Amino acid sequence: MTVFLNGESRELADGASVLDVLDVLGVPRTGVAVAVDGSVVRRADWAGTALTEGARVEVLTAVQGG
Amino acid sequence: MDDTLVIGGHEIASRLIMGTGGAANLEVLERALLASGTTLTTVAMRRVDAATGTGVLDLLRRLGIEVLPNTAGCRTAAEAVLTAQLAREALETALVKLEVVADDRTLLPDPFELLDAAEQLVDDGFTVLPYTNDDPVLARKLEQVGCAAVMPLGSPIGTGLGIRNPHNIAMIVEAAGVPVVLDAGIGTASEAAQAMELGCDAVLLATAVTRAADPERMAHAMRLGVEAGRAAHGAGRIPRRYWAKASSPDPDA
Repeated sequence: MTVFLNGESRELADGASVLDVLDVLGVPRTGVAVAVDGSVVRRADWAGTALTEGARVEVLTAVQGG
Repeated sequence: MDDTLVIGGHEIASRLIMGTGGAANLEVLERALLASGTTLTTVAMRRVDAATGTGVLDLLRRLGIEVLPNTAGCRTAAEAVLTAQLAREALETALVKLEVVADDRTLLPDPFELLDAAEQLVDDGFTVLPYTNDDPVLARKLEQVGCAAVMPLGSPIGTGLGIRNPHNIAMIVEAAGVPVVLDAGIGTASEAAQAMELGCDAVLLATAVTRAADPERMAHAMRLGVEAGRAAHGAGRIPRRYWAKASSPDPDA
């Protein structure tokens, strides 16, 4: 299936979870947060949240600013 | 006398709150943060990529500096609320510096979106520190919806124009029942001191330090400026007089 990961289309296995997305990105599990289709997915729900075709996934972290 | 700044139940040991934006690299930032003596420092939330990493978080953790996530770049209440929620999830803090700006040219807060976002975030349990215009009426409304502090600008972000309307800042301080943090516009140490002399509880600045020719020295200067201004405010300045008043005894007396 195709999802939009930080604005770029990516092919993922059907039924891939939010946690799988973090592995695809190769980012640490701490200091990041995930929104799917405009809603925050809590850390505790990452493994159990399956993505669906066309999902818009945003993975954010803290950078220098402000 | 205990003079600790408390915002929404958080004790903040330093009255100089730093931003991390604009530093050339993390080594420069580290030296500046140490010289500033800050204990609370802003970060922005952005899309992660392999190159970004979490370097600034690692640095702040190592230095024992508390993180204050901001919602920089947000134009609407909805964007700001989602960004704040993501920051809370990523950084495990309920503190948020709420920024909702109207346009890129001025980076001035959009008062309507700001107030809307502030109310939603307070209801969601956040400790909200809104970056606001130097408008006493808006500051009062932000306090009324439950913000833990108000953070009026001295002048637009990154301009270094100092405090353009000291009287408005004084009116905000006079009326506020929550801490007032002068946020944005500071260019040099005397302006940080002026903010504190006006009665502000703290100063938040980034560009003035990170883009100074020598960020470490300017960070030290800002620390001294904030301390001097705080002390002077507490000391009670003399009234302004029109004519001279001799400070030595009259020779004929």
